[in-house]
Amino acid sequence: MLFNIPQNSFYTMAAVVGLLVLATVIRLFLKSKHPETDYTELRQRIQSWWIMIGLLFVVLTVSKTAAVVFFGFLSFLALKEFLSIVPTRLADRKVIFWAYLSIPVQYYWVSSSWYGMFIIFIPVYVFLFLPMRMVLTGDTKGFIRSAGIIHWATMLAVFSISHLAFLLMLPVQNEEAGFVGPVLFILFMTQFNDVCQYVWGKLLGKHKIIPKVSPNKTWEGFLGGLITITICAGLVAPLLTPLSNVQGLMAGALIGASGFIGDVVISSVKRDLDIKDSGNLIPGHGGILDRLDSLTYTAPLFFHFLYYMCY
Amino acid sequence: MNRVMKVLFFGLIVKPVVLIVLGINLRNREKLPMSGPAIIVANHNSHLDTLVLMSLYPLSMIHKVRPVAAADYFLGGGGFLAWLSLACIGIIAMDRSGQSARGSLFEGCHQALDNDDILILFPEGSRGKPEEMSTLKKGVYFIIKDRPNTSVTPVMMHGLGRSLPKGEVLLVPFNCDVVVGDRVSVTDNSSSYVATISEQFEQLSEHCLTKNENAQ
Repeated sequence: MLFNIPQNSFYTMAAVVGLLVLATVIRLFLKSKHPETDYTELRQRIQSWWIMIGLLFVVLTVSKTAAVVFFGFLSFLALKEFLSIVPTRLADRKVIFWAYLSIPVQYYWVSSSWYGMFIIFIPVYVFLFLPMRMVLTGDTKGFIRSAGIIHWATMLAVFSISHLAFLLMLPVQNEEAGFVGPVLFILFMTQFNDVCQYVWGKLLGKHKIIPKVSPNKTWEGFLGGLITITICAGLVAPLLTPLSNVQGLMAGALIGASGFIGDVVISSVKRDLDIKDSGNLIPGHGGILDRLDSLTYTAPLFFHFLYYMCY
Repeated sequence: MNRVMKVLFFGLIVKPVVLIVLGINLRNREKLPMSGPAIIVANHNSHLDTLVLMSLYPLSMIHKVRPVAAADYFLGGGGFLAWLSLACIGIIAMDRSGQSARGSLFEGCHQALDNDDILILFPEGSRGKPEEMSTLKKGVYFIIKDRPNTSVTPVMMHGLGRSLPKGEVLLVPFNCDVVVGDRVSVTDNSSSYVATISEQFEQLSEHCLTKNENAQ
């Protein structure tokens, strides 16, 4: 136990910081070797990683409640960004205000570990409430589209992301990992999957997988990432989660495949709107949705896999 | 004294709200004029426009940034709004009634420019319908006509008309776009000058992420 963090989680965090140091060193090396090349984006990207990971580790170390509030704030930023880029009517502003109010309520259920309410609040109550509020506004032109957009946004940004927070509340079964273990596991497997798919695609990529949505995505990248993550998850899962090696392999395959889907779903949204990034909150990365895209799929799917297997 | 009020108001209220509740997609920050005499001309959809533009500046120079605002609307009623406008925001009041002579109409603006301030001007004259551009008025031309050393920078904003449109009091969080354009140099007549600015606005709006043609 260091800083109140159980051993395995502490080593994981240390390893991630080590990776960041390595990335920074490589960037400085590249810069000194090729002083004429512009590495601004790479620099911004790595700096942003430092800030994001620094923030995450601080809140995870401070307390469970701080971490739940942190994920709630991420939901707010993601929902705001989503609703800012998609077409909504002026009449929808008051409905959207209620969609925002679902965030503190949803995260309150999380912090009180009320699983039953956490799991139905948005798919049932918010789902039924928002169209009713829209009816009260009385503007029926474009009603169907707005109802769809607002609920979909709330599901992705609030419901999906809140699964990360509920992972913190699950009773600890792996004492070496503690309550932060499963969250670290899903966050790093998801982000590592993005990196692996990119790297494998760069190295071997030939056959395009969905050229209409993402011209840079290839079968080689997808499968390379999937296999790498499956193996890594099989090895790491017993350290950070209550899962066994075999269950870890299954979780890895699930994360590899669904991370890809989350990524291309948000890509399709951006392509539909004809924009490249969903915002510019995170220098070098784009908007918050550009970073959370895969997690909107992997977080709930991994959570329910874990929940089914161990709880 | 007013400078302290302004720094407190922007540091404790405006900047946190703009950063957290709203969120800005800022393009071309480097083109923003950082010293006066300068004028920013922006499109106008919401009361938030002024606050967002001013929040782009560091607190150390916030007292140099002065929005030009309608005297009748902001000062006419006196009371809280007038106090807020003068003490916390530091507006330059503009008489919209049409009774002032052209010479005295821009007196406040000229004084501020002589003081090397940065003026914020909304040439649409009013917020109008949310997210719709109205015809630009020509006042800006008459302010800078005889002042060739004053830079004029157009800034296009989008999204704030959804956060807080005219006539609403409920602020709903949305990201907004702020796109800074290139300086516009003086032409020989007001119509062509205003046309140049309009054209820039149109080009800048292409960079807005929140701008969606299907909206409405």
